[in-house]
Amino acid sequence: MHNKTIAELAQGLHQKQFSSLELTTHFLQRIQEHNKRLNAFVTITDELALAQAKEADDRLSSGQSNTLTGIPIAQKDIFCTQGVRTSCGSKMLDNFIAPYNATVVERFNQAGAVMLGKLNMDEFAMGSSNETSYYGPVKNPWDVGAVPGGSSGGSAAAVASRIAPGATGTDTGGSIRQPAAFCGITGLKPTYGLVSRWGMIAFASSLDQGGPMARTAEDCALMLQTMAGFDEKDSTSVNRPVADFSATLNDSLQGLRIGLPKEFFGEGLDHDIAKLIHEAVAEYEKLGATVKEVSLPNMNLSGPAYYVVAPAECSSNLARFDGVRYGHRCENPKDLADLYTRSRGEGFGAEVKRRILIGTYVLSAGYYDAYYLKAQKIRRLISDDFKQAFQEVDVIMGPTSPSVAFRFGEKSADPISMYLSDIYTIAVNLAGLPGMSLPVGFSKNLPVGMQIIGDYFSESRLLNVAHEYQQVTGWHDKAPAEF
Amino acid sequence: MSLSTAEVNKIAWLGRIAIDADKIEAYARDLSGILDFVEQMSVLDTSAVAPMAHPMDQAQRLRLDLVTEADQRELFQANSPSVEAGLFLVPKVIE
Repeated sequence: MHNKTIAELAQGLHQKQFSSLELTTHFLQRIQEHNKRLNAFVTITDELALAQAKEADDRLSSGQSNTLTGIPIAQKDIFCTQGVRTSCGSKMLDNFIAPYNATVVERFNQAGAVMLGKLNMDEFAMGSSNETSYYGPVKNPWDVGAVPGGSSGGSAAAVASRIAPGATGTDTGGSIRQPAAFCGITGLKPTYGLVSRWGMIAFASSLDQGGPMARTAEDCALMLQTMAGFDEKDSTSVNRPVADFSATLNDSLQGLRIGLPKEFFGEGLDHDIAKLIHEAVAEYEKLGATVKEVSLPNMNLSGPAYYVVAPAECSSNLARFDGVRYGHRCENPKDLADLYTRSRGEGFGAEVKRRILIGTYVLSAGYYDAYYLKAQKIRRLISDDFKQAFQEVDVIMGPTSPSVAFRFGEKSADPISMYLSDIYTIAVNLAGLPGMSLPVGFSKNLPVGMQIIGDYFSESRLLNVAHEYQQVTGWHDKAPAEF
Repeated sequence: MSLSTAEVNKIAWLGRIAIDADKIEAYARDLSGILDFVEQMSVLDTSAVAPMAHPMDQAQRLRLDLVTEADQRELFQANSPSVEAGLFLVPKVIE
């Protein structure tokens, strides 16, 4: 049952081949069996899941169901879940019981989906390896000595190991796409504003975006259909009609114009990965696509601009954790200043502290123009580069990450080398564009992901492009042998 | 760009984060490295470029100034480390 996709499971539920209760019980058993090794879940909501499964079965038999009714999914622990601990991978929120549901969670509930539990992640989504989680790192199901990527590492590992059919993720600089690539699954970071950020604990508000992570593009389309749409509670939510993402999955790719940015294939890219990306692109040519080189000349500045914008917004957002209203409070504070500084010093891990400090510095008096304003200007140039490219091509393709999953400890001592594992994904967030990662092969027995970037609100096209590839290749069907 | 330990202490205070004295130097090194990395931005002349705050240059939506939320004080205060009579408790601020 766990080898089926969400689309296949939905069919099975609607044809009464099995009930949601049976399905949910099966996945809960698999979590029980494998989570100790993987550390993908930080909270397993088994009682809630079984209750939701029974409700879903009622809905299925009364005909009041939709595609996701009765489908078990798991939520990244950044999404607030009413009555369930929402830790964001941090000691700061280890004791935080969310008083309300994130809009994304609410939408899955309304669809009748079942929540298996909450997934491990880099602390406050700051990290690319899951090593910054307060709950210890998630392991990569393909090689438990390798990182799963981050920050949505728990989501990627859970889907890859078939202990959850689908999971939510969030992506501020690559946190859906890079772990999807490292774990051999499919993930989509939507256009900024398509998925509500309400109840999704904020890291860098002008970049954060939630999205689906699943085995196939078809499954991502089903999940995105539930997640996407205007939300009055999110002031940056974009009010426009939501496309039917499944309707165009099988559209022909005849005449599709693919752009390969030369900056994505330069120095620093693993040779095997470059070869696999070119093979995948050749597959698209067989499907009728044309390929041309494009240029994103300011791409090399996306990392530096990101590491100003993201920490600046992080320092501002994380100011709310004060040890007073919720979250960790230090023992015996001697005065209010001591309460603030020690609660925050104890509650946050090293990487979060580094980012708050960098953000505080770049926003402090006298530095704003040189750093934050400068970065916002570079953001415009990067966005203009993409606009230029999309006048000539429909989608941009390239690697998701310069290497396959690295070893634990390999980059954790050097923040910059860790930051560089997101060099191909960051520009997409700065521009607010949608991007996907899908599996296109293996190098050193570890999965390789290809990134597809589209113009604003082109999610239907991206999913279609990924789906057609998955109809003629089998990389997305590969499962790690140990799970 | 090299930050001194005194500067790190100042930033840590501005960010209200206590850092153990024996770790200040490591932070100074890491933060200096990150600032060197972002310094690459200065190679580009951006004097004629308008800053971008929102990917679609969308303005913040406004709403009518109406009460739309119900009072859920007890629910929200249930997560607080210290509450009494509907108030958040902190160490004495005024002598």
